[in-house]
Amino acid sequence: MGTVVETKTETPSGRSIVFEVPGWTGNVAGQHVDVRLSAPDGYQAVRSYSIASADSTERVQLAVDKLPDGEVSPYLVDDLQVGDQVEFRGPLGGWFVWRPTETQPVQLIGGGSGIVPLVAMIRAHAAAASTAHFKLLYSVRKPADAFFADELNSLVGPNFELDWLYTREAPDGWPRPAGRITQDDLARLAIPSTDSPGVFVCGPTGFVETVATHLVALGHDPIAVKTERFGGA
Amino acid sequence: MSHVDGNSLAGPLSELFRFDLTTTSGECRHCGDVTVLARAMVYPDPSGYVVRCCACGDVLLTIVTTEKRTWLDLSGISGLQIPT
Amino acid sequence: MGIISRGFSGRSREHNPDLPPGQYLTDDFPVLSAGPTPDLDTTDWTFTVQTESGATQWNWDELHALGTEEVHTDIHCVTRWSKLATTWKGIPLDAIFDKVETEREFVMEYSYGGYTTNVPLEDLLDGKAWIVSEFDGEPLDPEHGGPARLLVPHLYFWKSAKWIRGLIMQDDDEPGFWEQNGYHIYGDPWKEQRYW
Repeated sequence: MGTVVETKTETPSGRSIVFEVPGWTGNVAGQHVDVRLSAPDGYQAVRSYSIASADSTERVQLAVDKLPDGEVSPYLVDDLQVGDQVEFRGPLGGWFVWRPTETQPVQLIGGGSGIVPLVAMIRAHAAAASTAHFKLLYSVRKPADAFFADELNSLVGPNFELDWLYTREAPDGWPRPAGRITQDDLARLAIPSTDSPGVFVCGPTGFVETVATHLVALGHDPIAVKTERFGGA
Repeated sequence: MSHVDGNSLAGPLSELFRFDLTTTSGECRHCGDVTVLARAMVYPDPSGYVVRCCACGDVLLTIVTTEKRTWLDLSGISGLQIPT
Repeated sequence: MGIISRGFSGRSREHNPDLPPGQYLTDDFPVLSAGPTPDLDTTDWTFTVQTESGATQWNWDELHALGTEEVHTDIHCVTRWSKLATTWKGIPLDAIFDKVETEREFVMEYSYGGYTTNVPLEDLLDGKAWIVSEFDGEPLDPEHGGPARLLVPHLYFWKSAKWIRGLIMQDDDEPGFWEQNGYHIYGDPWKEQRYW
């Protein structure tokens, strides 16, 4: 059971929410929770959300993008208020995760709200002062649609590189014109397959499929490319 | 209809198994492909989860949850390797 | 029953005393699937009925030449959604079984993509079932089973196989895909026969 303690608008259609969850003993970066909402007549809806935080406090941060036909996301983005309570199951998932004990280079590729589990990994990487080389390629429609933009920019350093990719509207003077991610973009911006990086790709299904296909074409071992496709509204 | 990844099953499966089934490797009975279940394709039909092999598309397992019981059919998998 | 989430109501739904027990009314048409949507062209499409003595096959035009009719009916999904007053257009199974001879009393419906579901033959006859290719005046969307699906509205909607490919006559009521996974062998919404 979690109680909302903080909410913050991140994008025109999304926000981050911090819950206080008594008894929470922390989570590994990349894990998710299943959130269950119950209506007064007994109707229930369950959706999975990646956890943006990766510490051992009792605070759990999620970030949700409102989907137009959504059933749960509009409630979480527009209606949920500080003090409200929500049921959680988790932390869940042992595969799409990164632990600070890992030293190989890591390429993170996120689309829209798919950035959330990757943010957890970047935060864990920073908190552990890990020297593993991290690179993030974050694809959004336009700058205002990025989650945690300021935080990500501020974490850039010798072991963390960040590349932005805009698909609909790029800032004035941006070297790459707005457009969907291509194999050339990945060849240019992603850690090459010859460095044997671990790769994490997260976002809407179409984005993840396209990126994964291109990465394999660029020589990445399919088993090294971990994907998390987002489903539900 | 698009699918999601097997790691989205971690929650429902956590009610049934004490270990994380999504990090176990399973062999597809149809094509022999061996991979972690987190990579399988999950079609989230609310009637039940249908989990398909990412190589050949054949059904690996189905999970149907009702008020009285959960029905789990693992017959599409011919062997699970559970990490200790 | 969980903790009530303040202000959460979920998808638009109503309780309606005219509905079968446990159902909600919806305006949407939810898409539910156990697998990927098959990519089908009506030029290669066929429909086959297999009996104890052989098989009869129709292509798209041949099947439609048997005569189509409009159907107005309610549909009930086992996931608790009901949609009232839906309109379809298709070929009644009575017209198909006029051309088929069989002593067998049970049917296995099978679809492009591998889905199966079983039904007694008498539940497909006497104006109770159709092969439909239009919904709401438009060609049936692939997501909803197009180009053609079976429509057996007096049973839960999982018995109305999408992407229908054919029927196999069987001696016994052998279970299809969901029936093998805990779903009721018959599926009458009015008796709430969801699972066994």
